[in-house]
Amino acid sequence: MSLLKVDGLSKEFGGVHAIEDLSFVINPGTIHSIIGPNGAGKTTLFNLITAVYTPSCGKILFDDKDIAGKKPYELAAMGMSRTFQNLQIFFNMPAIENVMVGHHLHLNRRFLPSLLRLPAVVRRDRECRDYCASLMEFVGLSRYVGADAASMPYGALKRLEIARALAAKPRLLLLDEPAAGLNATESREIDEVIKKVAQTGVTVVLVEHDMKMVMGISDAILAIDYGRKLAEGTPAEVRANPAVVSAYLGAHA
Amino acid sequence: MWKTARIGGLGALALILVLAPLGFPNAYFYDIAVKALFNAVVCIGLNLLIGYGGQISLGHAGFFALGAYGSAILTVTYKLPALPAMLLSALGVGVLAYLIGRPILRLKGHYLAMATLGIGIIIHIVLKTESGLTGGPDGMGVDPFSVMGFTMMGDRMWYWAAAALLVLAVWLSLNLIDSPVGRALRAVHGSEVGAEVVGVDTSSYKVMVFVVSAVFASLIGSLFAHKDGFITPDIGSFFRSVEFVVMVVLGGMASTFGSVVGAIILTLLPQVLTVVEDYEAMVFGGIMMGTMIFLPKGLLPSLVAGLRKRGGAAQ
Repeated sequence: MSLLKVDGLSKEFGGVHAIEDLSFVINPGTIHSIIGPNGAGKTTLFNLITAVYTPSCGKILFDDKDIAGKKPYELAAMGMSRTFQNLQIFFNMPAIENVMVGHHLHLNRRFLPSLLRLPAVVRRDRECRDYCASLMEFVGLSRYVGADAASMPYGALKRLEIARALAAKPRLLLLDEPAAGLNATESREIDEVIKKVAQTGVTVVLVEHDMKMVMGISDAILAIDYGRKLAEGTPAEVRANPAVVSAYLGAHA
Repeated sequence: MWKTARIGGLGALALILVLAPLGFPNAYFYDIAVKALFNAVVCIGLNLLIGYGGQISLGHAGFFALGAYGSAILTVTYKLPALPAMLLSALGVGVLAYLIGRPILRLKGHYLAMATLGIGIIIHIVLKTESGLTGGPDGMGVDPFSVMGFTMMGDRMWYWAAAALLVLAVWLSLNLIDSPVGRALRAVHGSEVGAEVVGVDTSSYKVMVFVVSAVFASLIGSLFAHKDGFITPDIGSFFRSVEFVVMVVLGGMASTFGSVVGAIILTLLPQVLTVVEDYEAMVFGGIMMGTMIFLPKGLLPSLVAGLRKRGGAAQ
């Protein structure tokens, strides 16, 4: 059974087809990468899958359920979580609380117990704080547990977003260019984090430019260009595909 | 550390409120102090919306006035006891804020400011023109506040009630902010889409905090009506709304104690500088601009940051 199924998906922005008739399937327990040149529609595809955008036509099934009309926060409750290419950090909050927001769905969110600071809420919140500190450690941010998000470097913020997304306990984690803007060392570290995440049983979908990373860690790759599917398969298959080579390197016909 | 700051802050506030009357030479001081404390409670609610939630309201005096008139009309015209009248008014204002909030909180920035401004002005106009109900621009008299045969009389008694209420409001606000609900609210301020994708229903949180802040304003409006004994539609004027916002901004957005400080300073200011009374609007505008330019974080947070820096340098 597929975890995510995209069927005949299209998205138009004022006549421009950002995504056109795209279909693919993502199986549970894999690392699945989406590649393509700049402007190929990768981020648009992410925004469609996470319901930030509404499709012009086509269907997206998560866990065999149609996500049409669902809000992003409802998808989060269904087990889908994501990070952003351009960071969406809560800079007004400490780092650990950024991650704790990720755990929102698993806490008592009723208004009155929070307002009255009932002991049960406080206790649960303390547990949540410990859990989120362990998540920060998991992504390699143990030294920032006491830091303000606003004082953290870019590379660390990228991981903070991953920790926040993991705190939601997703089954499907979508990472939008987690290595963008990172140097080679940082990028390799992110690599390790992603592999570790996949080992915990979370299905990972990755949009990434860093080909070395993509080829190294992916179980399957989907290549798109101009919103259409270019190729699909294992890293070796995609690398050998002439359409992919020409889209990236220019056609040498 | 957070815990000590929280309990320490509440303790310090209570202590100041207990000791302050030692410096009050006459009843007039009590009267001003009660006004300052009332404003502080309204600002605590408004700060939840502006400082923590990252939304804006330029119409909160409208909710304050609705609370005041709700209590006035229910007690004077319909002979309801004061407490149920106050709670009913707050309930009504809460429902109204919910109904208004659902559509307008989709707006952002200037558009939200304009929409809330419009609501405040509409409320003000309705209070002025519905003279059959409200007495129109001439205002209406309100009986003293009494619960089960006990009547609130005199500024001293009001002072202690307002002080207790302020401590309660600060406690509730601190609780809320440091809870899953408050955290989600602050996240909405930080990044709406970031909060949304991890499961925060951002529009509900915005409406929730809008309703909470409106109810704070309404409850205090009711008490104000009973305390002053006479209200006019001008308690809900646009200028009053701006005043509340300036108090929050001056004290420090996203700082509960800052809102208290801002409210107290700006309530006392016209009393201390009686010369500025005619130029009140200008002075408030000047303070707002000065705060934005020189203390964008507001008085209290800037002060705390400054002290911390000095402490750090000393070590």
